[in-house]
Amino acid sequence: MTFPDGTRALTNVSFDVARGEFITIVGPSGCGKSTLLKIATGLLEQSSGEVVLESERVGYVFQDATLMPWRTVQRNVELLAELHGIPKAERKDLAKKAIETVRLTGFEKHYPRSLSGGMKMRASLARTLTLSPPLFLFDEPFGAVDEITREHLNEETLRLFEREQFGGLFITHSISEAVFLSTKVLVMSARPGRIVAEFEVPFAYPRSPEIRFDPEFARLSGQISHALRGAHS
Amino acid sequence: MSTDIESPAPAAAVAVTSPDLEPEVSYKAKREAIWRVVVPPFLVGAATIGLWYFISYAILEPKRRFLLQPPHRVWEEGFADSETLSEMFKGLWSSGRVAFWGLLIAIALGFTLAIIMSQAKMLERAFFPYFVMLQAIPILAIVPLIGFWFGYGRSSRIVVCVIIAIFPIIVNTLFGLLSAESGLHDLMTLHGAGRLTRIRKVMFPAALPAIFAGLRISAGLSVIGAIVGDFFFGKGDIGIGQLLKRYVARIEGEKLLAAVILSCVLGVAVFVFFGWLANRVAGKWAPSTRGKK
Repeated sequence: MTFPDGTRALTNVSFDVARGEFITIVGPSGCGKSTLLKIATGLLEQSSGEVVLESERVGYVFQDATLMPWRTVQRNVELLAELHGIPKAERKDLAKKAIETVRLTGFEKHYPRSLSGGMKMRASLARTLTLSPPLFLFDEPFGAVDEITREHLNEETLRLFEREQFGGLFITHSISEAVFLSTKVLVMSARPGRIVAEFEVPFAYPRSPEIRFDPEFARLSGQISHALRGAHS
Repeated sequence: MSTDIESPAPAAAVAVTSPDLEPEVSYKAKREAIWRVVVPPFLVGAATIGLWYFISYAILEPKRRFLLQPPHRVWEEGFADSETLSEMFKGLWSSGRVAFWGLLIAIALGFTLAIIMSQAKMLERAFFPYFVMLQAIPILAIVPLIGFWFGYGRSSRIVVCVIIAIFPIIVNTLFGLLSAESGLHDLMTLHGAGRLTRIRKVMFPAALPAIFAGLRISAGLSVIGAIVGDFFFGKGDIGIGQLLKRYVARIEGEKLLAAVILSCVLGVAVFVFFGWLANRVAGKWAPSTRGKK
């Protein structure tokens, strides 16, 4: 991927995400991770290469919740179904279920300004869930929340993944988040971004939060960290 | 705890009590609120009237008192005299209607222009400088032109109104439309939303707080515009501006001041109305427009 100003953001990046697969890309800031996701969704057009999607319905979870401040939680969650022309009754139902899934029941009538950062993120997840997309793209979604909320949100994401068996492509700075969630972790180098290392994560699903304390978890995190340092220099 | 003498003093103690449990405190808070909210403007008002009397009686000698008649004379000649009062209310009604139509046209035109400019940076660059120029035209200078084009009656008054009131609407609406978070635009793009959907679901709601801030200013300006227009284009029914002109000509200072106060009240009323409307429409979700002290 080369931008018009000549910046080479990505080069030789190639991988597949199948349903039931959760792939995380870790890399230093500015390595082109977000560019990659934007290309995957079509928000940006690549200068060369190809993106093949199974379905047009792609779930995209943004860096922040990107809720509409003028809509209640319920109406925010209904938004995507609305854009896709799903009738009102059905969309209400979809939203209700999604809100239940992320455990925000009881907050339907709240406006985003009265929600905590974690709750906003969960509302945002629920919004994406209403379309039950076969592919979920996460663009460093939990960077802005505190550590404890982040762990909760990770567990939530994991639960969703185990339930829905979508294909997941997750982008993050956090190694532990990557290992905790993924079937596979890809390490990207600094600009121009390319994939320099690949790690299979051996833990089976469903995963318990306890795996974070497993020696294997630490060992793998160490290896990824090492690869990341190599990619940085 | 209190009986346990041996227990070491805690390094920190945190206690939270609900204020509802102490009605005396809340009563006191209420009284304090009255002191803080009601009393200061009242004092300034009283001081102003005091100063007014002082100037009328202590500074101006009787021969020159007509320059600033004291408040009670304004009351007697202006408000207490039913004939004058009804005359002024009629004028106010006429000017109020002009202001209303002027504002309505300014809103329709301003929204349309802002929406057009919000669609492409190029359009904004092409048009915006001219709106700034329009804003900079001294209305006095083009009064004869407006007269030639639209006659010397109500249409011209409305035109003046529109020229004066439209700028804040254009600027605030445009600024508001462009203020929507880029993430929301990406979301719209991802889900194939068209231009109209984007305006309707993202840009317009995002613009509402700014739009209302503009409307509050423009509403006041439209009242001023109606009065100014009245001054120059006096054909047809008599607006408050014509009355002002008449009172000046007859050196009826009391009536003049009364009319000024009344038009001021009209301006305040529309300002308050749009504040209320803004709160009704966006109060639940918009960030507060007033800073906290």
